[in-house]
Amino acid sequence: MAKLPVSAENIIEQFGPHKNYSPKDGYEGRDEPDDVVKTHCCFCGMQCGIQLLVKSNKVVGFEPWMEFPFNEGRLCPKGVQRYLQNNHPDRLMHPLKRVEGEGFKPTSWDEAMDKTVSEIKRIQEKYGKDAFSMLSGVSLTNEKSYLVGKFARVALKTKNLDYNGRLCMVSAGAGNKKAFGLDRASNNYSDLEYAEVIIVAGANISETFPTLTHWIWKARDRGAKLIVIDPRIIPLARTADVHLDVKPGTDSALYGAMLKYLVDHDMLDHDFIDNYTSGFQETIDAVKDYTLEWAEEITGIKKEKIKEAAELWGKAKTSFLLHARGIEHHSKGVDNVLGCINLVLATGRIGRPYCGYGTITGQGNGQGGREHGHKCDQLPGNRDIENPEHRQYIANVWGIDEKDMPGKGLSAYEIIEAIHRGEIKGLLSICFNPLVSLPNSNYVREALEKLEYYVCIDFFLNETARHADIVLAGSLQEEEEGTTTSAEGRVIRIRQAVTPPGDARTDTSIILELAKRLGVEDKFTYDNSEAIFNELRVASKGGTADYNGITYKKVEDNMGIFWPCPTEDHPGTPRLWEDKKFKTPDGKAHFNPAPYKLPGEVTDAEYPVVLTTGRVVSQYLSGTQTRRIGKLVDQYPEPLLEIHPNLARQYGIQQRELIRVSTRRGEGIFPANIVETIREDTVFIPYHWSGKKSANLLTPGTLDPISKIPEFKVCACQLEPLNEIAPPSKESDAYASV
Amino acid sequence: MNYTSFNTNEEFFVDMQRCIGCKACEMACAECETNGQDSMIHVNYIDRSSTIQTTVQVCMHCDDPVCANVCPADAISKDEFGIVHTANTERCIGCSNCVMACPFGVPKKIEEYDLMMKCTMCYDRTSVGKKPMCATVCPSGTLFYGTRAEIEEMRPNSTPVNTFVFGNEIVKTKVNIMMPKGSTELKIY
Repeated sequence: MAKLPVSAENIIEQFGPHKNYSPKDGYEGRDEPDDVVKTHCCFCGMQCGIQLLVKSNKVVGFEPWMEFPFNEGRLCPKGVQRYLQNNHPDRLMHPLKRVEGEGFKPTSWDEAMDKTVSEIKRIQEKYGKDAFSMLSGVSLTNEKSYLVGKFARVALKTKNLDYNGRLCMVSAGAGNKKAFGLDRASNNYSDLEYAEVIIVAGANISETFPTLTHWIWKARDRGAKLIVIDPRIIPLARTADVHLDVKPGTDSALYGAMLKYLVDHDMLDHDFIDNYTSGFQETIDAVKDYTLEWAEEITGIKKEKIKEAAELWGKAKTSFLLHARGIEHHSKGVDNVLGCINLVLATGRIGRPYCGYGTITGQGNGQGGREHGHKCDQLPGNRDIENPEHRQYIANVWGIDEKDMPGKGLSAYEIIEAIHRGEIKGLLSICFNPLVSLPNSNYVREALEKLEYYVCIDFFLNETARHADIVLAGSLQEEEEGTTTSAEGRVIRIRQAVTPPGDARTDTSIILELAKRLGVEDKFTYDNSEAIFNELRVASKGGTADYNGITYKKVEDNMGIFWPCPTEDHPGTPRLWEDKKFKTPDGKAHFNPAPYKLPGEVTDAEYPVVLTTGRVVSQYLSGTQTRRIGKLVDQYPEPLLEIHPNLARQYGIQQRELIRVSTRRGEGIFPANIVETIREDTVFIPYHWSGKKSANLLTPGTLDPISKIPEFKVCACQLEPLNEIAPPSKESDAYASV
Repeated sequence: MNYTSFNTNEEFFVDMQRCIGCKACEMACAECETNGQDSMIHVNYIDRSSTIQTTVQVCMHCDDPVCANVCPADAISKDEFGIVHTANTERCIGCSNCVMACPFGVPKKIEEYDLMMKCTMCYDRTSVGKKPMCATVCPSGTLFYGTRAEIEEMRPNSTPVNTFVFGNEIVKTKVNIMMPKGSTELKIY
């Protein structure tokens, strides 16, 4: 029974999203806090250092943390306001149960746990172990990510565990493993400082990783040339030396043409290619016909600009290439990533100072969370769940028989598809709001409604949790000790600033209690988070993501340690590949052919306009937290349809006119924002909202065949102006997600 | 108040080309206990339909502050460090003379309090040796608070300018705007 027990409006009235604002004079006790806690922001992969001010077990404010080396006090608006997620009126204070016709009612932990365990057992006895699935997320610390992976395999004994990193950086991870045999940004960001050329591909740095902007400018102040590849003139592109306004879905054509240009003009590092790489010939064969003219035709970028970018990249002595979801959220996301890596390898500019490459991991613990086993095909240390040796090693760490360890399961969207087909009957979710963040949300909703039992662990009643049978009131990031790993690969300490309020519990204690009730208490007994981390260290030992030598003390003493760090006397590895010994089976970096392919859906007469999606600076992912913080909502209150004036003119669209946007999957109505900062053939909608304002009503569930990432960044739509001007944005209640 | 920690060699620098419009500065400014959740720094789009460019306006702390000169209640004062303070709440009569006179459009009359409020360069922070909140959090380096030597070393392509020419009127300020290298003044037509 995973239908809403009462209307969405009714649920929203009780559980929000409501907007939280600080009192005019600030929270009481802010000026005389009991404690000033040095920790990190709960949002993106930058993991900026921040100090939380605590009074009477409540977070009452913040103070910049000037000493943390990545951000030195700098914060984005989300970071400044993040303290308001604590002390929030929507905060879940006790477990809830679904009561048909009445909504969600408080229940006891005993009843919630009993019900959950009995339903897990019932479903697994009736339909098999794998019919109960788990979805997790990488806002969780390394400790919790590791624990979830172990819990699903050892306590639930299901293969069907996956995580919302599937929507984040799996294309980059898969591409990096193919090319380097290891999945981490190759450099920390201090290598940007003296890079001569920086390519930023599909990464809206100023809105999604604002504090990284400073590092880009540090390089520009030293004379670096900046190349930004994006269909929109994003804030960073406005002042870039070259802006390549790529048509969504054609990225690999651009990288292919740039590679051919490097080859044709011999802007190659032959020594590096000959001695330290493989696959070069077949890779350049795949792009031999990719002339600048052809690339202009496919990508819509003027060939002179492609040439200028290729020349800058080819002639540079130092460089840094950064990419993010803009090139990764595609049915060929892995190909796009490989296309970028090919440009790096062709010039040999890696493994040296100011020669860098890396994806910019999106989520707070997007890096660490994707290494330690809550991914359907993975075991801790970034081991492979289908590799017999890896299985045996982890089985030993966990004290189980290798034969009892489930195999590779379905990825996140495939789990939803299996629920929709009736193959999976039960779901436990934590730190994931798939109804907002997965594509094709009408389909996701249908799937949720078919579940026989759904239990959700969260601190707010997110939109997906409205479909739950039981909601277990879990913890915020600042309510547990732990570690995360930032986008640079730096393992850092997350501090418990306060304990969970009311009858809410820490996520860890909830998972441990469930494990106990499922009969495996002996495998799930830990004194504290550090004990979990110490088991993780052992589990990661010898894997590519080796944390064995990292201790809490070492992390604290050094403000972070970069993995791999195999032994306690090892200082960590801020820059990879200085020894040019790659982690691939042959020890070489691999070129991989990345020929251009069409996106999963192309425009036609019926759906003639390209739709792409993305983010705004004041919101974070599915908005579970940020749509509850007043000033962040007010900064960008509702999703707008960005459209070029020439395209608007074709349809006779006025500024702020309501436009019905339709795709083959659904439709939504959005006010038009007519701006010259987008390609004429493309419209853009940010995706942080739910319900009728969800961009993911429109996006397709087409997956990359390797990474299984959905194609959020390109599909075909039609536009229908409704001849009605939208009310002012400030009156919008989109945040509440009806 | 303890003035002894005010670093007189530190200055405020604004580099508009870097502004990404994120509003971290506004949100951080509003956190100040004296601001009552209102920001004294303002970020605005120039013309969103044609560009993503934003500007950020903070009090420029003029050498000869027009706001203070036109105040009939003598509510605005400049101190020994060159900080032009916001209206003294006991004196301000909410007449808005300063709002109309400021060439940079900085002071705002807050109707709710019938009072002019503006940036004091985070006097509560700067007077104890800290940096202003907006310049501390700014993620792009648009706002920087530090010494002239620091900014010159960090940004060799730009020159700080604090002379503004409004027609026949020349205004000198404590706050600097970063301009292309070699610039000496900013002319506003």
